[in-house]
Amino acid sequence: MTENQDNVIELHDVTKVYRMGEIEVNALAGVSLTIRRGELTAIMGPSGSGKSTIMNIIGCLDVPTSGKYILDGEDVGMLSDDRLAGIRNRKVGFVFQTYNLLPRLSALTNVELPLQYGKGGGRKDRSFEALSKVGLADRVHHKPVELSGGQQQRVGIARALVKDPAILLADEPTGNLDTASSQEIMWIIQELNRQSGITVVIVTHEHDIAAHAARVVTMLDGKVLDDTRQEPVLVPEPGII
Amino acid sequence: MSLLQTINTAIISLAANKLRAGLALLGIVIGVTAVITLMSIGRGTTEQITGIIQGLGTNLLFVQPEGEGQLTLGDADALVDPVYAPSVLASAPEVRAFATLVAGRDNTNAQVVGVTPEYLAARNLDLASGMFIMSPHVDNRDEVIVLGANVAEQLFQNRDPVGEYVRVNARRYRVIGLLESQGGGGFGTFDTQVLIPITTAYYRLSGERTLTGDVAVSLINVQVRDLDDIDQSIEEASGVLRLRHRITEEDDFTVISQQSTIETLEETTNTLVVFLGIIAGISLLVGGIGIMNIMLVSVTERTREIGIRKAMGAKRRDILLQFVAEATVLSIGGGLLGAGLGFWMTNAIDGRTLGTQTFNTSFSNEFAALALIVSAGIGLFFGIYPAVRASRLHPIDALRYE
Ligand SMILES: Nc1ncnc2c1ncn2[C@@H]1O[C@H](COP(=O)(O)OP(=O)(O)O)[C@@H](O)[C@H]1O
Ligand SMILES: [Mg+2]
Repeated sequence: MTENQDNVIELHDVTKVYRMGEIEVNALAGVSLTIRRGELTAIMGPSGSGKSTIMNIIGCLDVPTSGKYILDGEDVGMLSDDRLAGIRNRKVGFVFQTYNLLPRLSALTNVELPLQYGKGGGRKDRSFEALSKVGLADRVHHKPVELSGGQQQRVGIARALVKDPAILLADEPTGNLDTASSQEIMWIIQELNRQSGITVVIVTHEHDIAAHAARVVTMLDGKVLDDTRQEPVLVPEPGII
Repeated sequence: MSLLQTINTAIISLAANKLRAGLALLGIVIGVTAVITLMSIGRGTTEQITGIIQGLGTNLLFVQPEGEGQLTLGDADALVDPVYAPSVLASAPEVRAFATLVAGRDNTNAQVVGVTPEYLAARNLDLASGMFIMSPHVDNRDEVIVLGANVAEQLFQNRDPVGEYVRVNARRYRVIGLLESQGGGGFGTFDTQVLIPITTAYYRLSGERTLTGDVAVSLINVQVRDLDDIDQSIEEASGVLRLRHRITEEDDFTVISQQSTIETLEETTNTLVVFLGIIAGISLLVGGIGIMNIMLVSVTERTREIGIRKAMGAKRRDILLQFVAEATVLSIGGGLLGAGLGFWMTNAIDGRTLGTQTFNTSFSNEFAALALIVSAGIGLFFGIYPAVRASRLHPIDALRYE
């Protein structure tokens, strides 16, 4: 298999089997997928089709049952838990549907979290910078409960960005948001992709959201059903953030 | 994460649930306070008792009859012998009995000790008033008495008893002297005793008789010339008595040195201190279990947080350290509070009386250090299991936890 510098994600015939007692669930039944640096990809598909499973493997939260996975030129298929943690810390930014912020910590400290588990100083400055990028410079000392859903998700994006990861993974980032907030989030994600060239993979079941991606991968029963490139619809810049 | 940051994170997490952290802390605080207070009481008691015995003088030997054996006034005299027992300075025999003392309408029970004039120096006694028993008193079996401070107070209140009369077993004794109080609550001191001539005690109070008609004594106090000659003087005194008693096999008496009494006593009381410490240590252990309990609840409650931290790149070690740090901060915090409280308790109860028991406490920095180290250890020990459980959680399962 040739290693391609342009490919950030290379999945080769990846399967994932969950065992629940006697029953085996083939969450992924042989998925091969290559994502290039700077792509904005949407993954679609019905519930239970394996979208979250593939995202977890791409994000090194889980390992494949079989197959090969190369992330940013590194084979990560057979690494120990702690090595995977290190890779998540350096290369992956996660955005969750439920934001997953720590409720007791301020926005600033939440964004600092990935920096705590890696090397390097200037944490406060770096997390302040990341919060500025998502337009929350004036909310850094707010706790999550003091922020709206859209604002919380923006803190989540700042946290995912703070370490300049190779990939940004967002599993239904707008699933809990109203239309206006969803547009806001999608605008930020698209801007990051276009301006900073960050690779983004986003799971959604809304066609409106997927329309903003340059590529749509559709899954069904743990397999890739369809893989289309398209001209992305630009998100209009939200008036007031 | 740096150590400082880990501790800081631990304190923030604990502060988020103050009541719970406080309750976990309480167990350790009580445990450490108990350990320090009990050990201080134990040590204080030891010091008090050794102090009293040391006050009697360490240059004393005690000769006591053993088995069928009897000691007599003759034996006591024979022990002062420049040829056979050169290291013996003086010998002071005594006869002990218990009697009721009456003066006017007041009465009290006291230990009556029959003594010779040598007794005053041998037992380091001081007179507050009057005089001590003299040779003529002994020779004439005079009915005279020297009172201990507490006894005098009970019978004569604050009056000087010298010249007054005391009834002992229906006979009138003239009070000739009053001993200086020895303090310390009266335990093992002469404050609760009275002294009369040894011959008077033998003929009037003691039921024991000898075949030879000599005066039988219960104990001979032997004063040694030089503390360094203690071992030699034991040999000499034993030699003299063996000759007099015509011993060929087993001795019918024993010779104990004051020093060995102190050592035995110290061993016993040290055991007491350790024993008290262990009992109190059990309450520390219970406190530790409290910490484990609360850490387990905390881990379960914060499963999602653990998932988030792991997704952000926390390694097992990071999570482990985080929870161990919380448990240790709790236990060391509790330990410090407990040490402070223990110190305060120790001082507060020192010299206080509960019923008939007066507390004598002696705080020691070592106890505080020991209690702190033990409580830190307990935090580590009981914190590790919940922390290991937390560190082993799979990030996806943890993230999904509701
Ligand atoms: N931890 C798990 N244990 C057992 N089965 C699982 C587990 N996670 C996912 N699955 C199963 O794998 C399949 C794919 O799930 P998932 O990737 O979450 O789907 P999607 O995100 O597309 O809805 C589903 O059938 C789901 O029930
Ligand atoms: Mg899903």
